[in-house]
Amino acid sequence: MAEAATEPSLAAGNPAGASPAELSASPAIHVSQLTKRYGKTVAVTDLSMSVPRGEVFGFLGPNGAGKTTVVKLLLGLAKPTSGEGLLLGSPLGSLDARRSVGYLPELFRYQGWLSAREVLVLHCRLAQLERSSWPGAISGALTTVGLAERADDRVAGFSKGMQQRLGLGVALLGDPQLVLLDEPTSALDPVGRHDVREIVRGLREKGVAVFLNSHLLSEVEQVCDRVAVVDHGRVIAAGRLEELLARPQVRVRCTGLGSEAHQQLSAFGVITEDEGWLTVSGIDPSRVPDLVSAIVGAGGRVYAVDPGQQTLEERFLQLIEAA
Amino acid sequence: MATWVIASLTWRELVRRKLVVALLALTAIVIGVSGWGFSRVPSLHLAGHPLTQGEIHTAAAQLLLLVMFMFSFVLALTCAFLAAPAIAGELESGVAQGLLARPLRRRELVLGRWLGLSLTITVYTLLSTTLEFALVRWTTGYWPPQVIAAEAALLVEGLVLLTFTLALSTRISAITAGVIAVIAFGAMWLGGVAGAFGQVFHNAAITNVGVITHLLLPTDGLWHAAVYAMEPTSFAAAAIRGLNSSFESASGPTTWYLVWVALWMVVVLGLALVSFESREA
Repeated sequence: MAEAATEPSLAAGNPAGASPAELSASPAIHVSQLTKRYGKTVAVTDLSMSVPRGEVFGFLGPNGAGKTTVVKLLLGLAKPTSGEGLLLGSPLGSLDARRSVGYLPELFRYQGWLSAREVLVLHCRLAQLERSSWPGAISGALTTVGLAERADDRVAGFSKGMQQRLGLGVALLGDPQLVLLDEPTSALDPVGRHDVREIVRGLREKGVAVFLNSHLLSEVEQVCDRVAVVDHGRVIAAGRLEELLARPQVRVRCTGLGSEAHQQLSAFGVITEDEGWLTVSGIDPSRVPDLVSAIVGAGGRVYAVDPGQQTLEERFLQLIEAA
Repeated sequence: MATWVIASLTWRELVRRKLVVALLALTAIVIGVSGWGFSRVPSLHLAGHPLTQGEIHTAAAQLLLLVMFMFSFVLALTCAFLAAPAIAGELESGVAQGLLARPLRRRELVLGRWLGLSLTITVYTLLSTTLEFALVRWTTGYWPPQVIAAEAALLVEGLVLLTFTLALSTRISAITAGVIAVIAFGAMWLGGVAGAFGQVFHNAAITNVGVITHLLLPTDGLWHAAVYAMEPTSFAAAAIRGLNSSFESASGPTTWYLVWVALWMVVVLGLALVSFESREA
């Protein structure tokens, strides 16, 4: 823990009474000390965070960490046990909070007896979009997610991947200011995943905030500006990607080191060993030659040296293990 | 506005999923078969003599009550099967989460579902019963004394069970809601039969069982209202003298009972709205 940034408490008063200028200036997401319990099970505890407009925010965590619960709390699908928050300047759970939000649920299911186009028409109606804007919004969404040619086919005949593409289309309807994507590529092939990354980048260019809930770290690494890592309902680290991954490391393939040598080498950083590779995290890059000398001095034989940045996956596993 | 969007979505679902076609086709078959049966009544003989017009009417009325009893049972099952997954099924499948993430009030979703299902049941009930009554009149000449009251009582009986099941569907799983609704419907019918026995044997405790069931879930009470509206006056007279069975009613519903049914509907629908408001999606 301890790496999560502490956010200021929400100001008292009714945000619904705020002026339009104040609302448009408010962050896309702002929650303070949000907690959700189901009986004795704590799903989310003391979550405070702020996502500015136009930012792509990655919400990472292992299965069951509470990621989907957070999305449901943001949308008012579940009610917090305590804490409060604002979505686009309106209180969580209010109708206003949901007016300019697109959502792709983790369990993406749409009316199988409707065509893709009819599902989008339904959501245009529910989103209360101007009727004149429907044709443009629908054809735009269908083209973006690659379903233009299947627009009039029944959803029941769609593969899982196509249904997820449709869900993405639904989330993009009507120029939302915030898009919540809950595991958006879980059913997609590599081409689909690439498309999703492009869509997310396109949204950022338009100034749309994206809340990306995922346990697929590579996709988060490629598109997110900031991330929060959550485990057991608690944020254990948060910040910009480069800050989170700022710990340099070096991997050395070597043999012949005893436990005493490991102890000596720990002066260079945190030592871990995996399948013949010694990883030293947090090492000052200028000391890599000294490290190699020290290994040789301790009787080790060096076959390869691989200096580099920690990947998000490595950092993630480190954080989860530490938590 | 959003309520109508959900109501029309519900109606479209029933049409697309071929439920409306199935209901209409099966009803056409049942009406056709019963029509053939009714058409044979005037040619029946009793002790070697053809039936008099009065006897034809009596036989037709008895047959009609039997057919309508079956219809009310089918209607009740249809209402339970339609309403049980109306909310719970959407939540279980994940469809509801997509809808509720829009600026849609939860009460609009429940009301929309109720409205869409109720309109379907209304059209189905009025169409089926009107066709059946017309067929009976055409084949035997018998026309129930209070056709509109009979159709209204049957319709409200269905709507009562539909509302009850929908309220359950906001809290518990679709399969459990459906089973509870069907069992409750059967239990109310049994309660009504028990109450009738209580009246015959002047046993206040058993009679009260009937009264309580008629108040608790007014399906059987409304069936008796429908029976009274469909039966000839001679049946009512017989019921006063003897057993007030499922096929004879001594009297029509009191105004207070109709007020109670209206109040019951409003309260249970209100409970459904409140219940879903606090449900986690």
